[in-house]
Amino acid sequence: MHERKTVLEGLVDDGGISVGHNNEVRLEMLALPENVGLARVSIAAFASQIDFSMGEVEEIKVAVSEAVSNAVIHAYPQGGWVKISARLTGRLLEVEVKDTGKGIEDVSQAREPSFSTEPGRMGLGFVFMESFMDGMDIQSIPGRGTTVRMWKECRPVEGSND
Amino acid sequence: MQLDHEIVAGNLVFRVQGELDLNTAERFRLYVDDAMDRHRCYQAVLNLRKVTFVDSSGLGAIIGRYRRIAQRQGTISIVSPPPHVLSVLELSGIKKIIPVYSSEQKALAPEARMA
Ligand SMILES: Nc1ncnc2c1ncn2[C@@H]1O[C@H](COP(=O)(O)OP(=O)(O)O)[C@@H](O)[C@H]1O
Ligand SMILES: [Mg+2]
Repeated sequence: MHERKTVLEGLVDDGGISVGHNNEVRLEMLALPENVGLARVSIAAFASQIDFSMGEVEEIKVAVSEAVSNAVIHAYPQGGWVKISARLTGRLLEVEVKDTGKGIEDVSQAREPSFSTEPGRMGLGFVFMESFMDGMDIQSIPGRGTTVRMWKECRPVEGSND
Repeated sequence: MQLDHEIVAGNLVFRVQGELDLNTAERFRLYVDDAMDRHRCYQAVLNLRKVTFVDSSGLGAIIGRYRRIAQRQGTISIVSPPPHVLSVLELSGIKKIIPVYSSEQKALAPEARMA
């Protein structure tokens, strides 16, 4: 694997800050439709610190958009805060979207294609998160909230020696 | 998101620009339904060439238009989705119910309207 160690990386290896391919961001926002775009664009820009392809960045955008939209629509009928955090560890991107809203009664049912508790919705949010990322994990407690974790590895482009 | 429409050969051609998501889906719905009702025309062509983002909320708005148009014996087609929008359309299965064309001209061709 290609390592891009910087001079700085050697200097601040004391447990606090790390640079290069290890990085982390946390965002907190009101669960409002107008913040969904901000969330996905921010995480996409963060992911672009490693060389995900343009197509992969678009996939990350859709996955983040789905998770944050779910917090807006399903978790908080009365409004609330969504916490989004993202971490880069080497070539792995992890994104976590957390709400302290309504929670999900039956997570495996919620993951099924076309399942939705809202009339007129497609029930494809979790399907998109799962297909566009490498993996997804849902922790939810009814009445307490939901945390969605998803991850995607940045694979070296075939045929390039980068 | 920005939207405009034009009548071309008895079809309502909608040209969509920008992002189709939770924040814009409702505006999209209102605009399209209103234009179709005012013109009493349910032959819709959705040109997505300038769309930069679509997620399941955006797709839901498109499928909703499909259902409403189908109830009125109309037709709907999609034109020129960018690659990342196309992959969302494919994954959702929408492509199986709404025809996708590479140009407005192709979508408006008489052969296309028969389908
Ligand atoms: N953050 C959340 N809080 C509460 N319920 C959720 C949350 N995310 C998803 N759900 C539940 O899971 C179902 C499926 O979600 P999803 O696949 O995104 O489809 P959709 O959003 O179209 O309903 C939702 O209808 C909802 O009942
Ligand atoms: Mg959803």
